[in-house]
Amino acid sequence: MTDALTKLLNSRDWLLADGATGTNLFNMGLESGEPPEFWNVDKPDNIRKLYKGAVDAGSDIFLTNSFGGNASRLKLHQAQGRVMELNRVAAEIAREVADTAGRPVVVAGSMGPTGEIFEPMGTLTHAAAVEMFHEQAEGLKAGGADVLWVETISAPEEYRAAAEAAKLAGMPWCGTMSFDTAGRTMMGTTSAAMVELVNKLDYPPLAFGANCGVGASDLMRTMLGFAAQGSERPLIAKGNAGIPKYHDGHIHYDGTPELMAEYAVLARDAGVKIIGGCCGTMPEHLKAMRAALESRPKGPRPTLEQISETLGGFSSASDGTGDTSDAPKRERRGGRRG
Amino acid sequence: MSDDEIILSDLSDDELVLQMHDDLYDGLREEIEEGVNILIERGWAPYDALTKALVAGMTIVGADFRDGILFVPEVLLAANAMKGGMAILKPLLIATGAPRMGKMVIGTVKGDIHDIGKNLVGMMMEGAGFEVRDLGINNSVDAYLEALEAETPDILGMSALLTTTMPYMKVVIDTLKEKGMRDDYIVMVGGAPLNEEFAKAIGADAYCRDAAVAVETAKSLVSRKHNQARA
Repeated sequence: MTDALTKLLNSRDWLLADGATGTNLFNMGLESGEPPEFWNVDKPDNIRKLYKGAVDAGSDIFLTNSFGGNASRLKLHQAQGRVMELNRVAAEIAREVADTAGRPVVVAGSMGPTGEIFEPMGTLTHAAAVEMFHEQAEGLKAGGADVLWVETISAPEEYRAAAEAAKLAGMPWCGTMSFDTAGRTMMGTTSAAMVELVNKLDYPPLAFGANCGVGASDLMRTMLGFAAQGSERPLIAKGNAGIPKYHDGHIHYDGTPELMAEYAVLARDAGVKIIGGCCGTMPEHLKAMRAALESRPKGPRPTLEQISETLGGFSSASDGTGDTSDAPKRERRGGRRG
Repeated sequence: MSDDEIILSDLSDDELVLQMHDDLYDGLREEIEEGVNILIERGWAPYDALTKALVAGMTIVGADFRDGILFVPEVLLAANAMKGGMAILKPLLIATGAPRMGKMVIGTVKGDIHDIGKNLVGMMMEGAGFEVRDLGINNSVDAYLEALEAETPDILGMSALLTTTMPYMKVVIDTLKEKGMRDDYIVMVGGAPLNEEFAKAIGADAYCRDAAVAVETAKSLVSRKHNQARA
């Protein structure tokens, strides 16, 4: 049986994913420090509203409210025993919203990072990471998620562990990393290195890409980095609605719906199949993105210059891919050991 | 490139110190411990071993992290090697009454449970020879005040990853002002959604983009503070 996402990918040129989860929930009164996943059980109407916001704005795919729903994150709130319950309910509410949408909508079970660092730098083992992701995946599966959606990953080890967990759960999956440090992930992974990582997996994702990071222009540079590797696998772009700014005690993201619409068109023209937002992306942004994708004809793949002209400058001169012969490096003394 | 085994104890002092810089860069903890022991056996003052071998080596690591040549995994390994050397030097530094680099109290603000960046800053600060008291995550004003009174640090460091929690830094700074304690400390702030403008708006002394910048900023602000105290 073909899964729901593959069916949709085969029938359309592009799919609109959803926007922010956190930003929307904070607007509904979620307190800082309070785990959003508790609301699946305590305030299901708010979660329904979150999901409906994306679906009504035209999203073909939306993510469940389960980003921090692994044992390691929930342990910070002494809720490590509620992984199965919180994830199952997150997906159940989503299933109900998707099934009453009147068109095919995919429920993607969100799985964020464990927040721990792998051996030998940290203490997390591969086996422990697989176990945590697998537990969460089973919860999302039981609640009726169509696909697992691993996101905001920075360590290749963690991406591999999530792949193994998806295999154990027998679920199709997608996985995006977050490129927020000079065009690489915090752990130093470049866009080119991620393509290699994905190609080597024995249980590869249906689609892969990038989410969050530093604004829409950096995210688009990462997309061009993926495209340059010539991967046939569908690409995912979920960029933030600009950069957070501080005004009189309040934070707002500076990306307007118009800017996010430009970003969506550039992403599609760069060959990206699944296009959405991340932090700061509200239903009005999604509506503008959908309208632009439907009305504007497909153009040629944009250049870096066109991206920075339309969306703003990049956060760093290079993203560690392409010709790195003139990149700075440290000259070492001779002689090496062990 | 030679594959010859390097025998640390065969190297001259100058060569050994350079080799230790490389070994820190490569995160070789045992080699760093051996190097520190050799320097001490050769009669080096513990403070010289700290500053010329370890701190100087970590400065190179910090610069390359700042410049995007090294990334978090390499920095964590280097900090771990540094820690091995520090464990040997610490009792000797205390015994010889060596000058302190300075002390920092650091913690993630209330409502925020993210700690990777803050941990990295703590490790790099220790790597630079600072004493660090880590308060962990989700700290209230009271938790910061209590630690400041108990530790009398030079620096207060606050971290936040969420746009919803970063305004709490201002609450802490405003409380320090009310209590007339603001000028007793250098206040440094950091975290992904912050920027220079925000730090200025809330009355912090400095915004630190990353752990390497935090170390450089701490060094220059602490020495400025010490100079002012002497003047």
